[in-house]
Amino acid sequence: MAHGILSQILDYSSRANPYPLYEELRKTPVFHDGTGPYVISTYYDIQSLLHDPRLSSDARNLAATAGDPLAEGEDGEETALPPSFLKLDPPEHDRLRRMTNRPFGPPHSPHRVDGMRGGLKDIVTGLIDNLGDTENIDLVDQFAYPFPVTMICQLLGVPREDEPKFHVWADTLAASLDPDPDADPAERQRKTHDSRMELGMYLAGLIEQRRKDPGEDMLSQLAVGHGPDESMSTMELLSTAALLLIAGHETTVNLITNGMLTLLRNPDVLAKLRQEPGLAVPLVEELLRFEPPVQLLPQRTPLVDIEVGGITIPKGSSMWLILASGNRDPNRFENPDRFDPYRKDIQHLGLGSGIHSCFGAPLARLEAQLALTELARRLENPRLLEDPPPYRQNAVLRGPRHLRIACDGIRA
Amino acid sequence: MADTALDQLKRSGRVVVVGASLAGLRAAEVIREKGFAGSLTLIGDEPHEPYDRPPLSKQVLLGKADAERTLLPRRRDIDAEWRLGVAATGLDMAARTVKLADGEEVPYDRLLIATGVRARPWPNEAEGELGGVFTLRTREDGVGLARALNAGPRRVLVIGAGFTGSEIASACRERGLEVTVAERGNGPLVGALGGVIGAVAAELQRENGVDLRTGISVTALEGDSTGRVRAAHLSDGTTLECDVVVVGLGAQRNTEWLMGSGLGAGPRGIACDAGCRAFDLRGIVTDDIYVAGDVARSPHALFGYQFLSLEHWGNAVAQAETAAHNMMSESTDRRPHLWVPAFWSSQFGVNIKSVGVPSMGTEIMITQGSRAERRFTGVYGYQGRVIGAVTFDNGRWLQFYEKQIECTAPFPPPFTTVDRRPDGQRPIPADFPDPSVPTHGPTITLSGYSPADRRIATFTPAGH
Ligand SMILES: Cc1cc2nc3c(=O)[nH]c(=O)nc-3n(C[C@H](O)[C@H](O)[C@H](O)COP(=O)(O)OP(=O)(O)OC[C@H]3O[C@@H](n4cnc5c(N)ncnc54)[C@H](O)[C@@H]3O)c2cc1C
Repeated sequence: MAHGILSQILDYSSRANPYPLYEELRKTPVFHDGTGPYVISTYYDIQSLLHDPRLSSDARNLAATAGDPLAEGEDGEETALPPSFLKLDPPEHDRLRRMTNRPFGPPHSPHRVDGMRGGLKDIVTGLIDNLGDTENIDLVDQFAYPFPVTMICQLLGVPREDEPKFHVWADTLAASLDPDPDADPAERQRKTHDSRMELGMYLAGLIEQRRKDPGEDMLSQLAVGHGPDESMSTMELLSTAALLLIAGHETTVNLITNGMLTLLRNPDVLAKLRQEPGLAVPLVEELLRFEPPVQLLPQRTPLVDIEVGGITIPKGSSMWLILASGNRDPNRFENPDRFDPYRKDIQHLGLGSGIHSCFGAPLARLEAQLALTELARRLENPRLLEDPPPYRQNAVLRGPRHLRIACDGIRA
Repeated sequence: MADTALDQLKRSGRVVVVGASLAGLRAAEVIREKGFAGSLTLIGDEPHEPYDRPPLSKQVLLGKADAERTLLPRRRDIDAEWRLGVAATGLDMAARTVKLADGEEVPYDRLLIATGVRARPWPNEAEGELGGVFTLRTREDGVGLARALNAGPRRVLVIGAGFTGSEIASACRERGLEVTVAERGNGPLVGALGGVIGAVAAELQRENGVDLRTGISVTALEGDSTGRVRAAHLSDGTTLECDVVVVGLGAQRNTEWLMGSGLGAGPRGIACDAGCRAFDLRGIVTDDIYVAGDVARSPHALFGYQFLSLEHWGNAVAQAETAAHNMMSESTDRRPHLWVPAFWSSQFGVNIKSVGVPSMGTEIMITQGSRAERRFTGVYGYQGRVIGAVTFDNGRWLQFYEKQIECTAPFPPPFTTVDRRPDGQRPIPADFPDPSVPTHGPTITLSGYSPADRRIATFTPAGH
């Protein structure tokens, strides 16, 4: 029975294993219960919709009646910050993303991410050295969270000491992506709005400092700008900075935690990774297919009536693309429910595709590769203390809230 | 289970591949993947292991890659006998042997021909041999041209503004060299993409400091007393001083060695069926000779079964895979080569991509972005359907237009897209040059019957 399947997916009790629900969903590749969003769950449909220029990522194209349970939390947005490029279409999207990319990747900064390798390794080493009581480690709080946060702070030039402050805002904003059925929508909206405001004000202060005294960090480089037609307005800069900070915060944590959980559930693979660190590269790709940290994209809207799999989706409808379901589509991947780091054909949707494909992908990949190789190498006989672990509420950014493990010791 | 002819072939047959480059190597890999355990021979007239050509006109000229280090990555071990540095000079279809330049004869049970194309030389042989005059197809060409550019010439002349010529001009400008581009047509890339896009490419070149001269041909090259090129004479009566000349006049198919063999091979390539099996001179399909890559010309269902010759990297790979698959399959398991043509180029900091056959298009519509910003998608229409598309720095949408071509979607596209600008609401003539007027070689040749080509394509060998 497909009815009510969306609320089942969003229900917290499905968090630990949503995959059987996705499998159910794929039987109706374009699912629509009459009032809610159109939900797309098969690989090829998602893949082509991600490249479809008739689809907008801009919520302003959503019809008022689109009935998207995720949309309501974001009404207050214009009063706080303009939408980040994640929620914009070309040409604005392209312009902002291009400018943001300038200090981050090729062609202008080809070595930025690779140049961070040493720094990343040091953070990982430090965190593992300080794991303390090996009988009871919370891999999220002690490792998977502090690692990417420390890194994104360094990259952006945000003081690490301020983390307790913006952690709360970032958490609230990430949570706003999730349609928490228990929360009072008005209350949620107010909290989201306040968090955006406060984060914006905090970043505005930082950017002001960086303008006066620019450093090598990305905030400085974005704030200083590059030539007359290549600079962001202050408001654009604020929402871009907020996007980077939150995305750098809330996704890699899950990638690393999901990764360690998957490895501990597949001890043979863990053992192989220990012997063969080079395996980390394909292993992280398989992980992005098998347990993607971003499970679904809830923000696409057709600009005209479009046809998907024989169904006409009216202009202005809300569409959800369930990336995690496409990644387990048996029409695309052989044995999709098997975790196989040696899989040859692995064009997954874990980082999206098309113009909105994950901006931070090169960094996320590198972070996960380093983190998992080092954990595999240094933890002696690691084991799960709790399976499944407790998950975070969020159905969109899905991952364990805690991952309690134990090991016999820490190798040098 | 009965021991079929195919089982025997796989166990102990002899497969020969002529042309040891992209298509040849990929085919060899797939042949092994399909479980072929017999003897595999790769014959190549170049002395090198298979290497990649696209970097030759890009990274190599910029000094970002060494021409000697563009070897193609190996996807698997192919356990082949390599006959490098020796050309195939003849084919005996009855005796099933390939004749080599060193006199040897190599027998085969299955033959794959992937001899590609070569650069069309400067028509005046003596002028073409002057020092400082180059074509660009091989590694040696790449090494030589890169060296000539390193030496800091005062002016480079590029003859022909197709993709290769334009990329070379781009590399020269990026290195701060003075460069003149002479093009007989009315703009760069017009053969492949038409005049509307050619005009954008022309602006791009001029803005980047290229001395672009269109509607002009080079009539003669002049050398100095040491036999080095010093000037070029142009059809408008002017003379241009230059110390490096690159001839970018398109390509010629490497089929001469098949002359007299009875195979359907000629200056337009080797005709084959949709399954990559070569035709003989009488238009009868062979069952043991396959063709792939730049040298092949095959009918394509999406384009009215016209015979297409494609000088596209991706086509060489896909066609080689299909040929190899079919060669190792029972007739019922064979599959057609239905690859939708796709091409990329990068020049003047812009990433250009195309799908389909733009050159069949009569109209173009800018469905996203704008020409003025040099970021756009242009869709080509032919008789009311979408036939091709081109993007300038907009390649991530191309997959969508590929689908549109595959499903013969209507043209002009009836829908709106993100980033549709007012000037993209209506189609305009794509402005392709009259196909009977030669420009630089296009990278797609329509060589079947078409209204613009009244002669029925014939399979006559070259030189007649
Ligand atoms: C400078 C340059 C830039 C390019 N850039 C792009 C690009 O950006 N995008 C794109 O899609 N494509 C590009 N191409 C085209 C692409 O490289 C070709 O489509 C591809 O190389 C075709 O592969 P092939 O194996 O069919 O032929 P080839 O690579 O031409 O190989 C044929 C081989 O056969 C050998 N041979 C010929 N005759 C004989 C004989 N009688 N006996 C033995 N051996 C023989 C040849 O010497 C050669 O080694 C570019 C090509 C060049 C030259």
